[in-house]
Amino acid sequence: MSSLKTPLVEMRDISISFGGIHAVDHASADLYQGEVVALLGHNGAGKSTFIKILSGAYKRDGGKIFVNGQEATINNPRDAKGYGIETIYQTLALADNVDTAANLYLGRELRTAWGTLDDVAMEAEARKVMGRLNPRFQRFKEPVKALSGGQRQSVAIARAILFNARILIMDEPTAALGPQETAQVGELIKQLKADGIGIFLISHDIHDVFDLADRVTVMKNGQVVGTAHVNDVTKDEVLGMIILGKCPPGAIPGPGASNS
Amino acid sequence: MSNTATTPDKARASELGAVAKFFKATELDTRMLGMIGAMLLIWLIFNILSGGLFLTPRNLWNLSVQTASVGVMATGMVLIIVTRHIDLSVGSILGFVGMIMAVTQVEILPKIIGFDSPVTWIIALSLGILLGAAIGAFHGYVIAYLGVPAFIVTLGGLLVWRGAAWWVTSGRTVAPMDEHFRLMGGGPFGSIGATASWIVGILLCIGIIAAIVNTRRQRLRFNFPLRPMWAEIFLAVVGCAVTLGIIAVFNAYPWPAKTAADYALANNIPVPEGGLFIAHGIAIPVIILLVVALVMTFISNRTRFGRYVYAIGGNPEAAELAGINTRWITMKIFILMGVLCAIAAAISTARLNAATNAQGTLDELLVIAAAVIGGTSLAGGSGTIIGAMIGALLMQSLQSGMILLGVDTPLQNIVVGIVLVLAVWVDTIYRKRTA
Repeated sequence: MSSLKTPLVEMRDISISFGGIHAVDHASADLYQGEVVALLGHNGAGKSTFIKILSGAYKRDGGKIFVNGQEATINNPRDAKGYGIETIYQTLALADNVDTAANLYLGRELRTAWGTLDDVAMEAEARKVMGRLNPRFQRFKEPVKALSGGQRQSVAIARAILFNARILIMDEPTAALGPQETAQVGELIKQLKADGIGIFLISHDIHDVFDLADRVTVMKNGQVVGTAHVNDVTKDEVLGMIILGKCPPGAIPGPGASNS
Repeated sequence: MSNTATTPDKARASELGAVAKFFKATELDTRMLGMIGAMLLIWLIFNILSGGLFLTPRNLWNLSVQTASVGVMATGMVLIIVTRHIDLSVGSILGFVGMIMAVTQVEILPKIIGFDSPVTWIIALSLGILLGAAIGAFHGYVIAYLGVPAFIVTLGGLLVWRGAAWWVTSGRTVAPMDEHFRLMGGGPFGSIGATASWIVGILLCIGIIAAIVNTRRQRLRFNFPLRPMWAEIFLAVVGCAVTLGIIAVFNAYPWPAKTAADYALANNIPVPEGGLFIAHGIAIPVIILLVVALVMTFISNRTRFGRYVYAIGGNPEAAELAGINTRWITMKIFILMGVLCAIAAAISTARLNAATNAQGTLDELLVIAAAVIGGTSLAGGSGTIIGAMIGALLMQSLQSGMILLGVDTPLQNIVVGIVLVLAVWVDTIYRKRTA
């Protein structure tokens, strides 16, 4: 039960502004082991920016991040990966001109005893993990730009799960996928959750995530409207949070709630 | 075991024509072959126009030596262009570093360790390489950490280092170079001779075969698709034949009669009827180029640093998000470029047996042209070391061919300029078709 008391991640009072615009304004969120927290909001609500602070892509202006109750120093993506935080970016963040294995291991290449790149071993591992995610995938020798949208997405997902992540951030992971592949990603999320991984799932569409998430945190204009267990609120109430910033009785209101 | 892995490829191969099947089996780069074909065509045309003067051991040997300096720098320019930067200052760095190396060995070291000391060239060269690295580090720091575009920083460098080269000796030419240092420039004594050249050739052949065997073994280990055996043997035979053919050409170029006669007299060697035949073999600057090319190919293909260079070129943001320290990598690339400029400066100063303040003027354009003709994309992300070397050889072939034909200097520049644009245009079409 101690794991339930200490959140895997706690982001407290996070703020960041770009030239006078408060993209994220004193936002807080937490995530427990084996839990899926959906971060919802309109386009431009600040959810991607908020979560990019956790993944190290942006440097926050204020606020603190705790991992397992300990204050964490996250100033760049390398720091975040050091805490076991892996991110699947909305833009996928793939180097288009190199192949799948090179992308999977980008920044963490396997090396031989001589200190040179062990391309063969990396490709073998890549074949294993891709075989699990997307069994029909065969184009290992081609640069990633030659792949389809769905294949590129599975490369980005494979990269995040390859390194035993403890905290996974998925920013619109199904944006480029068809219905069947979306269902596959849903299965994957359930499987990772069962492994005890905490997942932040970002989406602007609640239908995508309502069935997968344990809790939802809604953002509007850079502020948190509220956080709720999915059992305590209805889809319509969550929509009200997203569109109007109205916090229903089943949710814990945040600084962005309009009726507080 | 391996059969299961090769099945899909075989199925696809059977639908292709004989030529396509050949290229698929050998995994040869058709773009590179096209470039080599174009170069051979240019050589043939020059040979016909010059009445058989171009394709002689003497001219080809000279061509190899003339290519060395630009070739060395082109290998570094590839990495710079791959990361979406540019370096306009390489010619000026060459001039400045060459001048400093010359002053060191001609005016400073003789006062300290005396004339003809065997370590003079080592000190001068080491100093040059350190200076090149320092200049590169400075450029790289301003570009990567202060965020000034590489175009501007190196445009500034172009003026600064050219001015500095002039300033050091107030424009005076410094000569002659140290006797050992001079060997880096080629010439009869700056070549390794027939026997050593054959040994180098045989070592290269062993290297080619070892690389093919090793690749096959690695693929077998993980059940990856294999090249058919005939293709492997074909590649090995052609690779070795070309290597040994080039060595044979270099060994067919004898020392000048006077030099050979003097050498025979000095060493009490009897001179046979019709003069003594002493082969040049591979010139030392060409050996340097070869070593630089091998090292740079290794760096770009087999090391983390090389992988990061290409990843940054493909998507700088993705590289940053993947945790790569892109700034430090950028700075390292420019340090490498500075070191290569220093090596090129040593070759060029030694070859000229003097350092002038104009040395290396416009080299930056030849180097960039060599890299671009060699298939390096200015959009970043793609380019090969071997391509840049062939590009450098192609540029040098054009220039020396036109000199051989007695084409006027202004016309030479016009032709080189047109060829550069044409080559990139053809390449654009090729890329569109194959993409």
